[in-house]
Amino acid sequence: MIISIASGKGGTGKTTVATNLAVSLGGGVQLLDCDVEEPNAHLFIHPVFEKTEIVSTGVPEVDETKCNLCGKCGEICQFKAIVVIGKTVLPFQELCHSCGGCMEVCPEHAIREGERVLGEIEVGHRNGLEFIHGRLRVGEAMAPPLIRKVRSLARPDKVTIIDAPPGTSCPVIASMKGADFVLLVTEPTPFGLHDLKLAVGAVRMLGIPCGLVINRSDMGDDRLREYAGSEGIPVLMEIPFDRKIAESYSRGELLVDVMPEWRERFLELYQRITDLVKLAGESVFSSRKQ
Amino acid sequence: MKELVIISGKGGTGKTSIVAAFASLAVNKVLSDADVDAADLHLIMNPQATERHDFQAGHSAVINLDKCTACGLCRDLCRYNAISEDYTVTRMDCEGCGVCVYFCPEKAVDFPLKTCGEWYLSETRFGPMVHARLGIAEENSGKLVTLVRQEARKVAEAKKLDLILTDGPPGIGCPVIASLGGASAALIVTEPTVAGRHDMERVAQLADFFRVPVMVCVNKADLNPDSARDIQHYAEQKGYAFLGAIPFDPVFTKAMVVGRTVIEYDNHTEAAAALRQIWQKVSSSIGLQAA
Repeated sequence: MIISIASGKGGTGKTTVATNLAVSLGGGVQLLDCDVEEPNAHLFIHPVFEKTEIVSTGVPEVDETKCNLCGKCGEICQFKAIVVIGKTVLPFQELCHSCGGCMEVCPEHAIREGERVLGEIEVGHRNGLEFIHGRLRVGEAMAPPLIRKVRSLARPDKVTIIDAPPGTSCPVIASMKGADFVLLVTEPTPFGLHDLKLAVGAVRMLGIPCGLVINRSDMGDDRLREYAGSEGIPVLMEIPFDRKIAESYSRGELLVDVMPEWRERFLELYQRITDLVKLAGESVFSSRKQ
Repeated sequence: MKELVIISGKGGTGKTSIVAAFASLAVNKVLSDADVDAADLHLIMNPQATERHDFQAGHSAVINLDKCTACGLCRDLCRYNAISEDYTVTRMDCEGCGVCVYFCPEKAVDFPLKTCGEWYLSETRFGPMVHARLGIAEENSGKLVTLVRQEARKVAEAKKLDLILTDGPPGIGCPVIASLGGASAALIVTEPTVAGRHDMERVAQLADFFRVPVMVCVNKADLNPDSARDIQHYAEQKGYAFLGAIPFDPVFTKAMVVGRTVIEYDNHTEAAAALRQIWQKVSSSIGLQAA
């Protein structure tokens, strides 16, 4: 089972929910931090890393002795990542989307596939929990291929919890696609609500069941709950603002370590998610039968 | 003309509230919201759009099944697994590379331009604003950020304004890179948490990479004063201007709920005083005339 934790707005508590849920569940769980631009979950899990893998993407390298400057590569490339100017062919590797078009089209077979480093993946453990995250290289623009690489390490026999990046564009989609459930973490403020609506739009587009965690639930106003009610999005957990929670978070401490009574609440949250996933599965089954 | 970009690395540190507060304090400026995939500044600015434009970028493959002979070449060549067994293209997976379009022997693949969102030119109580809305799950956020910033620059030139105040996106990826290039300075708004600190270091590195001068301020500083001091030391050590600390204050949320800036809501809070001080330092450090 894959549970992806997203929000729209940043800083609403995705990482808090992802890490505490993962640690509460204990063994047999994988936590994948897919916020590869700014991965933070390791700061709370403190895993022992055992493995680091550099992740690259294919980019064109031109053998100028074979190139006859026909310009077909520049013609096919939609991303202006390779151009023929005068008597040279110039690949701009940082613009390349690795589609392979230039290599395929080159009649002289003058282009071979080199590599651009996207970032790295680190794999580690804490107690029974398997921890994996991606770290985008600073200066690299494209997060989705690295996110997909992190996701490829998900194991079907485990409960996989994904900490997604903020926003609603391609990196978020790459972190939610194929999940069994999306847990949306938000706060009852106008910014939280506005961005939540966008996130719900993305989740619905993907056809994944979702539920809500309301963080700092006693700040802000009622519009979030009204929206959740009218859209039929279940509120699965509320975390009130508590200075003690905020302070322990600032130090990199887990909520379930500082206030052990939260462990039970995260286990209940997991139970409610599994019930909803089961229910969604049944309704898909019954709608297929009809 | 100067452009100040507010970034943070980590989300939720208070970028947009602080940009809004600066909008209350700065004169002769245009606002631009470069957080195009979760734009929030308009919720405080209440902009009245005077112009609305489609944002078109990139193409998306569409297979004409009347012409398709199911030869399978496109499926072999597509590196994004965007073409299904029954030869439909999943728009969300299509990268717009055009390889299938180019190689299809039956010329059965159309390649229409995509409309990925909208952008707006607006008026607000604080002056003109350029903002946008990226379609849900769309790509090309970097291009839309570049467009918003270019349009804001045009407004600033036409109206002879001194400043472009840009609300940046979180992270360090494509839209952040698009927000930074050519800016006069980047102000990093961080928070005194392990995550805030970690993310600030990465986004500061990115700004260094693009040779944009970095300034740092800490929001919610009293949640962890030790960490706030560490951030100040880190900034000073790296040669970034440290502009000050803002206390944690529910006034940020209260002002947001009623759609006002923190300064408009109550000019006498400690947070408002801290923001005024930081704004003074920002404006003198980027060379703006005092209001």
